[in-house]
Amino acid sequence: MTSGKGPLRVESGRKSPFLESALSLRLQAQNLACERDDRWLFRGLDLDIRAGEIVRVEGPNGSGKTTLLKILSGQLADYEGELYWDERPMRQARESFLSNLLYMGHAPGVKAALTPLENLAWYQAMAGQPRDEAARFAALEDVGLAGFEDLPAGQLSAGQQRRVALARLVLTPRPLWVLDEPFTAIDRDGVGALEQRLVEHARRGGCVLVTTHHELTPCAELRRIRLGGGGVDVGN
Amino acid sequence: MWAFINKLRSPKWFYAISARLQPWFWAAALLLIGTGTIWGLAFAPADYQQGNSFRIIYVHVPAAFLAQSIFVSMAITGLVFMVWKIKICDMAAAMMAPLGAAMTFIALFSGAVWGVPTWGTWWMWDARLTSMLILLFLYLGVIALRGAFTSRDSASRAASVLAMVGVINIPIIKYSVDWWYTLHQPATFTITGRAAMPMEMWAPLLIMVLGFYSFFIALTLTRVRSEILRRESNKHWVRELAGETR
Amino acid sequence: MSATDGSLSGGDMSVGHVEPQGGLTVAFCATLKRDLVLMLRRRSEVMNPLVFFAIVITLFPIGISPDPQLLAAIAPGLLWVAALLAALLSLDSLFRADYDDGSLEQLLLTPQPLALLTLAKVAVHWLLTGLPLALMAPLLGIMLALPAGSYLVLALSLALGTASLSLIGAIGAALTVGLSRGGVLLSLLVLPLYIPVLIFGAGAVQAAILGDGIMAHLAILGALLSLALCLAPWAIAASLRISING
Repeated sequence: MTSGKGPLRVESGRKSPFLESALSLRLQAQNLACERDDRWLFRGLDLDIRAGEIVRVEGPNGSGKTTLLKILSGQLADYEGELYWDERPMRQARESFLSNLLYMGHAPGVKAALTPLENLAWYQAMAGQPRDEAARFAALEDVGLAGFEDLPAGQLSAGQQRRVALARLVLTPRPLWVLDEPFTAIDRDGVGALEQRLVEHARRGGCVLVTTHHELTPCAELRRIRLGGGGVDVGN
Repeated sequence: MWAFINKLRSPKWFYAISARLQPWFWAAALLLIGTGTIWGLAFAPADYQQGNSFRIIYVHVPAAFLAQSIFVSMAITGLVFMVWKIKICDMAAAMMAPLGAAMTFIALFSGAVWGVPTWGTWWMWDARLTSMLILLFLYLGVIALRGAFTSRDSASRAASVLAMVGVINIPIIKYSVDWWYTLHQPATFTITGRAAMPMEMWAPLLIMVLGFYSFFIALTLTRVRSEILRRESNKHWVRELAGETR
Repeated sequence: MSATDGSLSGGDMSVGHVEPQGGLTVAFCATLKRDLVLMLRRRSEVMNPLVFFAIVITLFPIGISPDPQLLAAIAPGLLWVAALLAALLSLDSLFRADYDDGSLEQLLLTPQPLALLTLAKVAVHWLLTGLPLALMAPLLGIMLALPAGSYLVLALSLALGTASLSLIGAIGAALTVGLSRGGVLLSLLVLPLYIPVLIFGAGAVQAAILGDGIMAHLAILGALLSLALCLAPWAIAASLRISING
């Protein structure tokens, strides 16, 4: 908790909005294994994910990427091995972990019958944030949805609906992002902007765990984990 | 306690220990059911009211006992499976469900047959029969839910939750049905009345009940053993075992 | 923990630290409000169970007999069974939309206890299904020649009873939400569990017609509701966690 304070400041070179969390932002997995219906998706997985990293989980279809992300985001308790958040076992740290997590799954989690503003209002409340309409407008503008705030999300394109979900990244400051295929349905400009946002988040002391078919531009923050064939290849 | 639970985690251990246990239960089941049947059908005195038709009690009551006990065991094994992730317990729950449904059906069927000489009809909305019928629906629900999932792990968990929800509801259902029955048909003759039974009548009944329980345990052990082999067929120890016996 | 960054990172730290109180209430109310708005935007879905209720009640005089005396005798049971089925009808969609669009995952990932948040969804189901059915039942009671003096009890017992039905039914809905064709299975799972509520609900109306005391029935319905309120949310939460990974 005390170590890492100095280097982090030097590295990022600017004041991190996640500073306090970033000091203890650390997600570890020890000897993680997941068996689904008598088949090992992966086993013997050791992970140490820290502030300032973008970790891309790679692997062929069916290699357990989504399952790993669900385990690491605390949705799936059906695994062997140990998970630690802030160097505490996940079971004890669950509430603190969830308060620091922003997860986006395959489905964007956007209600078609509600407007983007209303969708974000729910997320704001669920995150324990005060009601703040200006912040919601700003977040939507940030993801390129200015002018679409009051249309039912069902009338938006798939890419725009995905952008509504992505607005949460702006709206709710959380240090740990777990994103399952966030680039789905996003146009090329949007992909570039999102990629930039991930790097920016890591540089500010956040931490990103992502699966994607889209090839990320190599950068200092990027790290890869490869799943597949029951074995695990952890590279840096 | 902990040591036992940890041992249960190993299907291999269970496979070995059940190999030693199951002959005893099969033998006990055979002996008890055989004795009970002969005693109950041939030697026990006839009922002064119902005559010989009362002898169906020797099937009806043990089956009804078992039907309820199996549901409770299913909920308990489900709970143990959910809490400690012990696969043996889930296998046991999965194997017990059809047996429990069968026992419920036997209890219902024997009750209906019994109804012919007693009430002159195949079906009466008797409190016990109605509760049994609802229990059968609960069993069918658990079996159907387990079958509906493509992932077996999810199926196991869902069936465990449903069994636990069911077991909390069974007493509530039972009492409300009893209450409903007394309201609508006060003081009719129930087939398994609580009238004092002479020893010559209830001794074979007791033996039959014990025999049915032994049968239940023996059959569950045998079925769980084959389920272990099926689920663990890609494990090393099962392959070794298959090599030995071949 | 120092507060150096308090101004910048309002929600970064665990919500427990930042906002020890209010988090759950805010999340609960937000979910309640969102679901109410969603349902009110699709009014036909709110209307469907009510129309179904009316149609089913219409079928009975046609199928049995228009004789008011006969209808009056079976009206309490008919109204209760039809309302129960109507409430069941809308149950399948309780979690399905959330499951499909991914907001169920998000609900599961809030630091607030899931069991209590699901109560918000159940409350919306009751408010827009059970309560309207209860209010509509007296109207249909007139059509079935329900004896005077039992109308208030009919509405009251339905209002109380459907709350339990929503809670119990939500367990089934949560268990089957991951299955593509869960609708029929859902009925199979929850209908047996509905029986106690049906017995005391219809019993209350019957008692009112006969001029007996109704407080006992309503008290038992209340007891069933409190039991369901205590236990069902945990079962719903556990079932949702299973289904999300099915």
